[in-house]
Amino acid sequence: MQIKDLFNKNKEEFKSGSKGNEETLRPEIDDKIWAKCNGCNRALYEKMLMNNLKVCPLCSYHFRLTPQERVDFTFDVGTFTAFDYDDIGTSNPLDFPGYMEKLEASRKSCGSQDAVLCGVGEIGGYKTAACIMNSFFMMGSMGYYVGEAITRTVEYATKNGLPIVIFTTSGGARMQEGIVSLMQMAKISGALEKHSQKGLLYITVITNPTTGGVTASFASLGDIIIAEKGALIGFAGKRVIEQTIKQKLPKDFQTAEFACEHGFVDLISERKDLKENIRKILMLHKTEGTK
Amino acid sequence: MSKSAWEKIKIARMMNRPTAQYYINKLFTDFIELHGDRNFADDAAVIGGIAMYKGTPVTVIGEEKGTDVKDKAQRNFGSPHPEGYRKSLRLMKQAEKFGRPIINFVDTQGAYCGMGAEERGMGEAIARNLEEMMALRVPIISVFIGEGGSGGALALAVADRIAMLENSVYSILSPEGFAAILWKDAQKAEQAADVMKITADELLKLDIIEEIIPEPEEGAQADAEAVAAAIDDFISRSLDILSQVPAGKLPEYRYKRFRRL
Repeated sequence: MQIKDLFNKNKEEFKSGSKGNEETLRPEIDDKIWAKCNGCNRALYEKMLMNNLKVCPLCSYHFRLTPQERVDFTFDVGTFTAFDYDDIGTSNPLDFPGYMEKLEASRKSCGSQDAVLCGVGEIGGYKTAACIMNSFFMMGSMGYYVGEAITRTVEYATKNGLPIVIFTTSGGARMQEGIVSLMQMAKISGALEKHSQKGLLYITVITNPTTGGVTASFASLGDIIIAEKGALIGFAGKRVIEQTIKQKLPKDFQTAEFACEHGFVDLISERKDLKENIRKILMLHKTEGTK
Repeated sequence: MSKSAWEKIKIARMMNRPTAQYYINKLFTDFIELHGDRNFADDAAVIGGIAMYKGTPVTVIGEEKGTDVKDKAQRNFGSPHPEGYRKSLRLMKQAEKFGRPIINFVDTQGAYCGMGAEERGMGEAIARNLEEMMALRVPIISVFIGEGGSGGALALAVADRIAMLENSVYSILSPEGFAAILWKDAQKAEQAADVMKITADELLKLDIIEEIIPEPEEGAQADAEAVAAAIDDFISRSLDILSQVPAGKLPEYRYKRFRRL
């Protein structure tokens, strides 16, 4: 396969993504025997796909993962302990009509409180704190819950002298929470700064897609930034940019490869190499008491 | 008679509303403008430099929309590119080195959404400001004088004390964008402005800002000098308040301010 083929596949994905993201990305696909690849449009045997870390064996398109799948594919079996952040509760600062219902529906379909799973576990024997965002939960948007949960986890890592790995995927700020969602960017960045001051390691793993306020805060702040192959990474939405500059954007615009070429990502990793890459980086930063 | 959010936005966006340049000239003496991010370019949408404020040297930075048509175009209507934020961070770090308080004027529809901006890492530029501002050991005061659009505004507003002019706004996205995303209809911007809580009095209630600076009924342009005097009063009192924070404790003070939000 040639590099340019990957870009063609990205284009396909943007096309379907722009009109019906939620339609094509439903996690219920898990229940079916066959899954359709967003990359090459071919039908794939679901079990085979799962055995291949949800990467299309034909075109290597990386399907989006739920946080649980991410845990299963990345952490040593049985080592991940999720933090219980139920006390964070629900924030509806704008009393935005319909928000509570939408939130409730996402909670039901995803079986989680909000768009992030936080905890602590081991990768290749190395202990680390972790936050895993969930793009199936309201597009992984960041409101108060997500901001507070990530901040608490970073503070936990700082307090316990642990590295932290954050898997980002987000449409950006959660519009329904207005300015409160913007404040989460500053809060998390501040927590990471304190973590950094202690000489602790922060690894960002950018997964598909990561945009807006998440790109403009913690996704860009890792000591080491890994991007999963083919991930969309950007600040402004593609459509917004096209409207602003009144011209079409190149096909590879805002891909992981584009970000790496422009110097904003340390390395691009295929999913099959991700665990080993993280393990290696954790190992190389091992200090007393972190293993 | 209190105005609706939409009426305030219209005032905040007025062509003849005083911009950062005006307040900088009015409130400070010996201003010397410093250019460039030492990396790529000088972004005219952000102005910054050193000036004297009541006998104390300070660093002043502002998002600048421009005055006449030509100036506005040259300044990209106050929408910075990544190099604008990188310049601001360079100047803020310089302020820290020399122990100067930092005074920021926020006035932007938002960080620019263009190809070059993405290629040069807009996300990273804003993120870096947020992280590094949190650790600066000198006082940071931000004043919203017009529009405060999303991350592009926050990148100059990780501050210890924040005030908004009465008719300025601060939001996650423009009401047009908000309506387009949530209701698939940009025409509902006025309705969006009503629910978004973007006005100074709503944001004061949400503890996002410390103070509201009053404006004349028609807006700041009607009596810019009086508005400048009120900003002067806010800056002066804020510096007094922040001078009472023990040396070295400002980063903690600032983190706590945002930690509760």
